[in-house]
Amino acid sequence: MKNCEYQQIDPRALSVSPASAPQSPAETTAQRSRRKWEVFPGRNRFFCDGRIILASQSGVLPLTLGLIVVTCGLFFAFDCPFLVEHLTAFIPVIAAVLFVFVVISLLRTSFTDPGILPRATPDEAADIEKQIDTSGSSTYRPPPRTKEILINQQVVKLKYCFTCKMFRPPRTSHCSLCDNCVERFDHHCPWVGNCVGKRNYRFFYSFIISLSFLTSFIFGCVITHITLRSQAGKSLVQAVQESPARYPFIPMLNFYTIALVICFFSIWSILGLSGFHTYLVASNLTTNEDIKGSWSSKRGAEESGNPHSYNSIITNCCATLCGPMPPSLIDRRGVLPPDEAISAASASEIELPLFTAKNDAHMNKGSLKLDITEQLGDKKERKVLTARSLLSHRVTLSDCCRYRTSCLSWPVGE
Amino acid sequence: MATEFHNLQELRHSASLANKVFVQRDYSEGTTCKFQTKFPSELESRIERTLFEDTVKTLNNYYAEAEKIGGQSYLEGCLACATAYLIFLCMETRYEKVLKKIAKYIQEQNEKVYAPRGLLITDPIERGMRVIEISIYEDRGSSGSSSGSSSVSGSTAR
Repeated sequence: MKNCEYQQIDPRALSVSPASAPQSPAETTAQRSRRKWEVFPGRNRFFCDGRIILASQSGVLPLTLGLIVVTCGLFFAFDCPFLVEHLTAFIPVIAAVLFVFVVISLLRTSFTDPGILPRATPDEAADIEKQIDTSGSSTYRPPPRTKEILINQQVVKLKYCFTCKMFRPPRTSHCSLCDNCVERFDHHCPWVGNCVGKRNYRFFYSFIISLSFLTSFIFGCVITHITLRSQAGKSLVQAVQESPARYPFIPMLNFYTIALVICFFSIWSILGLSGFHTYLVASNLTTNEDIKGSWSSKRGAEESGNPHSYNSIITNCCATLCGPMPPSLIDRRGVLPPDEAISAASASEIELPLFTAKNDAHMNKGSLKLDITEQLGDKKERKVLTARSLLSHRVTLSDCCRYRTSCLSWPVGE
Repeated sequence: MATEFHNLQELRHSASLANKVFVQRDYSEGTTCKFQTKFPSELESRIERTLFEDTVKTLNNYYAEAEKIGGQSYLEGCLACATAYLIFLCMETRYEKVLKKIAKYIQEQNEKVYAPRGLLITDPIERGMRVIEISIYEDRGSSGSSSGSSSVSGSTAR
């Protein structure tokens, strides 16, 4: 078998000796200025040079968009001609306006930064650690890190986030899917492919409200269409069967009944969701708080209500939906100072994630190549392993990094 | 006594960073942006208490103005909703305008008040609006150390 000659190296040595890796990607990219989104620590994807932000998995966003577009397309193609002829020309106009509003709200919700809090700088984290250590109880194991504060004369506990290394502000929660702390965290919506938080809650709310209107409208129009056809002397079944675009083999199934079916099933869930979120907006709650019951009065405790509520439905609604638009805190398009760029790049190369056979999605990101020198008897064969071959060899990257010669297409030292 | 610097450039070139003080957020009134006005002990020998408190109070007022829920913010919100939020792509929001004012104020405070005392305030927006970071600089030539800062030898190379 092959006699692999490997030397163990200390990964820390890689960062202090950039000379040993002249062709490392860090060197070439450090020469051009990098933007902050390129070294963003959370699990997000960025497009258009940092203008558009998405979660790491788009979830079912394509499905959501597809369903909306297909349903509306079917409606415009097969129902509108009949209804324009028999009723009024405003029907497609209203549907078009609603459709545009729905799509824009959906895209705004998906592509907007939900209110991600940037992670604490090392100095800040050290300062917080110092405060935790000095404030009592260092004799036994460190207790779970919480801090109690008073908000509007009510005691609220702030938790410490170990990933972001800071005490989370009130109403902030850490999303495990995106690996970020998000302000006023509502929930992570797979339909939208992003977290819903402080900055995009109003877009999310307008999306579900307008979608409720759109589905109700389309549902109503299609019912009207069938009713009108059946009123012209024919029975309901006959009316459906004789309508255009009938699928030849399955009775009662034609393109516009598909639209009807989609609307029927989605309308209940969307109307329910709209109603739920209207309740949340009126009482200034987030889905997270409602599910956890953060403000529900516990047995024996004094009355605890929501300290963030203004105790007036109108004020709550206005504050949540029409309040000022806070800025994005993560500054995606800012340019990194050159020394930070190099240190961030080298740090990211050292902390290489463990690639296992299950993690195919991560493996194919970027071009990962390994140069490994193998000794085959007398001759040295230089082999380039790509990400795919790593999977078949069932070798993990951390194993390779412990061994010499090369990582990430650095040249072999021969 | 603290060393004197005449401007920010001089501060950056001839001084080395000794310590950083963080002024945390004050959540007593909810999630609106407000910073604690408690005077940090490390700054006792560096700057007068009133000057520091004035700076923080002015910053708090600016943030309160940015986050005020009133007539103008409702108008902005309703207009944005009516245009399907596309107006945010063209127009600068009130919050962003106030943030620019804040940046100018901090720059002015740094030049007039803090740099001459060997201190530097970092705009909170650069730290995710969590803290006001105040950097304490030590003159390279000084051999002594002021309270709260680690002693830095004169031969520290930048």
